[in-house]
Order: sequence, then structure tokens, then C-alpha cells
Amino acid sequence: MAILEILKYPDPRLKTISEPVTAFDETLQTFIADLDETMNASPGGVGIAAPQVGQFQRIVIVDVSSKKKIKHHGYMVLINPEITEWDGFEIAREGCMSVPDYTGNVIRATQIHLVAQNAEGETIEYDMEGYEARAVQHELDHLDGLLFIDRLVSRRRDLFQRKVYKKKDKK
Amino acid sequence: MSQWFMLTLVGKDQAGIVAQVTTALYEQGCNLGEASMLRIGGNFTMMLMIAFDGQSDALAERLQPLAEKLQLQLHFDPIEGELHHHQQSDVLLMVHGADRAGIVAQVTSKLADAGLNIVDLASDVGGNEDNPFYIMQIEGVATQGIERLEQALQELLQQQPDLKVTMKPIDTMVM
Repeated sequence: MAILEILKYPDPRLKTISEPVTAFDETLQTFIADLDETMNASPGGVGIAAPQVGQFQRIVIVDVSSKKKIKHHGYMVLINPEITEWDGFEIAREGCMSVPDYTGNVIRATQIHLVAQNAEGETIEYDMEGYEARAVQHELDHLDGLLFIDRLVSRRRDLFQRKVYKKKDKK
Repeated sequence: MSQWFMLTLVGKDQAGIVAQVTTALYEQGCNLGEASMLRIGGNFTMMLMIAFDGQSDALAERLQPLAEKLQLQLHFDPIEGELHHHQQSDVLLMVHGADRAGIVAQVTSKLADAGLNIVDLASDVGGNEDNPFYIMQIEGVATQGIERLEQALQELLQQQPDLKVTMKPIDTMVM
């Protein structure tokens, strides 16, 4: 196991479009273990994509289980993932290990249907929402050479209108 | 190593201010850092971090003719330029109400007492001359936790029932 070096913007390699995984072998399992260790080495990190460590294959790990009071599917290794359905949208703030010292507002779908393969190459499908769906969309962007700063919306004018609660209503 | 300066320019808004000012700075060998540029009440306001190797007096002197041409007030001061240490806001507040004196003072005093460190505040006067309203968006760091701010807001709303205040945590997802 090893903690891998994270590529950081403006490193041009982050724009690379990653290749599908075809071999579900020992090399893949070793890489996934390293990727996981790298993700966990970053405080608060809830996801990582292979191209962030310079491995241009369609592999991501997402695990939002540390976040309380949300629906999630726990620890997921997603290989060759595809989002097949989108619904709703929401603005929220994102940051990225590959974009240090900057955060910004991004619009993401609130519900998605995801088809992928697991580490053994079996097909898996998920319906996801909210925070987990956002994490998956952020990670899948890395596979297509996109960072959240490619999708920023205005910081000052977008008011997080959804889910804003009034003080008196909350108890 | 070059010294950081804060350049402040304020004047009546017109097209082309940013381009002309930043071109002049670039031609003098300045490198820009973080900046805020904003039209406020018909004025254009600029605050720019500038890194510069030479004499600050010389630079200010060279900028003066342009500032005069564009009718901008100019301030130029050496600063400690801190980059790469952004404070992450963890709370967002929206405040609005019929415009009156004291809204900002009352709201921010209450929040400051409860530990809010303001990172970004933008406010505007909307409506018309007969019925102006005041609207303010604040982002900041709840240094004593969001619970403290919620308490403070409840008190504030009792004391100032004309204001509508909403607060939301900013939950930054890091990936």
C-alpha cells in the first residue's frame, strides 16, 4: 500500500480523458488499495478519481458515510461508471484535493441513476441522491478531464435557494 | 522578493476602467494578486493586491496621470500579502427588510458577539425611492459554532422583528 501523489491544478494532465478499465486483475486491486489509502490520507475527503493520481483509467472511489443524516451506499469502488439518468438540480459548494485553497459553487443533479462495475468487474447499479449524487458527479467529471472550476457559478449571486431554512421553523 | 501593495481606486463608473488600470499596472511590471472590483451606487470601486519590485513612490506617481484621466481617487499602501490561506466560510446568512439606518450594525454586532468572523459581505439597496429595501448576504466562519449563531439570531429577530434573516451552513464537499 502507498499514498500516491495528487496532481494539482494547473497540471495539464488533469485534463486527460481516462480510458475504460478492461482487466480486473491483481494490478487493479493493488491500485484500488493505494487509491483508497490516498483518499483517506486527506482530511474530510469523500471521494477520489484515478486521474487525480495520474492513473488515467475510469476508476473512482466514493464514500460519504462519514457524513451524518444522509442517504448513502457506503464505500463504493466504481469502475467504468456511467450516469444514465439525472433529475433535479441544486447549488452547493465544492472543493477538491487537486484544486487546493479554493472552493466554489457548482450546480449538480440531485438524483442520478448510476451503472458501473465493481472491483471484480460485476455490473452494479445505484439510485443516488443529494450529497452522494454530488460526490459521484464530481468524481466522474475527473474521468472526462473536468474539474469543478470548469463548472463554477457565481459565488455572490447564487443564494443556495433550495433548502434554506428560516430560523423560526427549525427546532 | 517583491513587496505587496493594496491599490484602491474609486470613481464614477465608466466602461474600460479595469482594462486601462490593469494594462498600466502590467506595463509597469506589476503582478496582480486577489482583487475585488465592484460597481457601488454608480461608482466603480477596485481593491487590488499588487506585487511590485521597484519603488512604491515611483509606481504611484506613474499611476496618478491615469487616475486623473479616469477621475479615480487612488490609495496605495504596502500590505502584508497573504496568499494560499483562504478562510473557508461555514455559514451563509441572508438578511432583508425595509431600509432603515442601523440594520448592518445591529445584525453584525449580534453575530460578532456570537463568534462570526465575516469573510464576505455584499449588501444592496433595492426597491424604489419611496419604498427602499435593504438586502445583505454574509458569508463567514462560525468560530464558536453555528448553534451560538442560531441563538444570537433568535434574539436578534425578537429585538428587530422588521428583519427577515435566514442562515444556512455551507457544507463544503471536499473530493
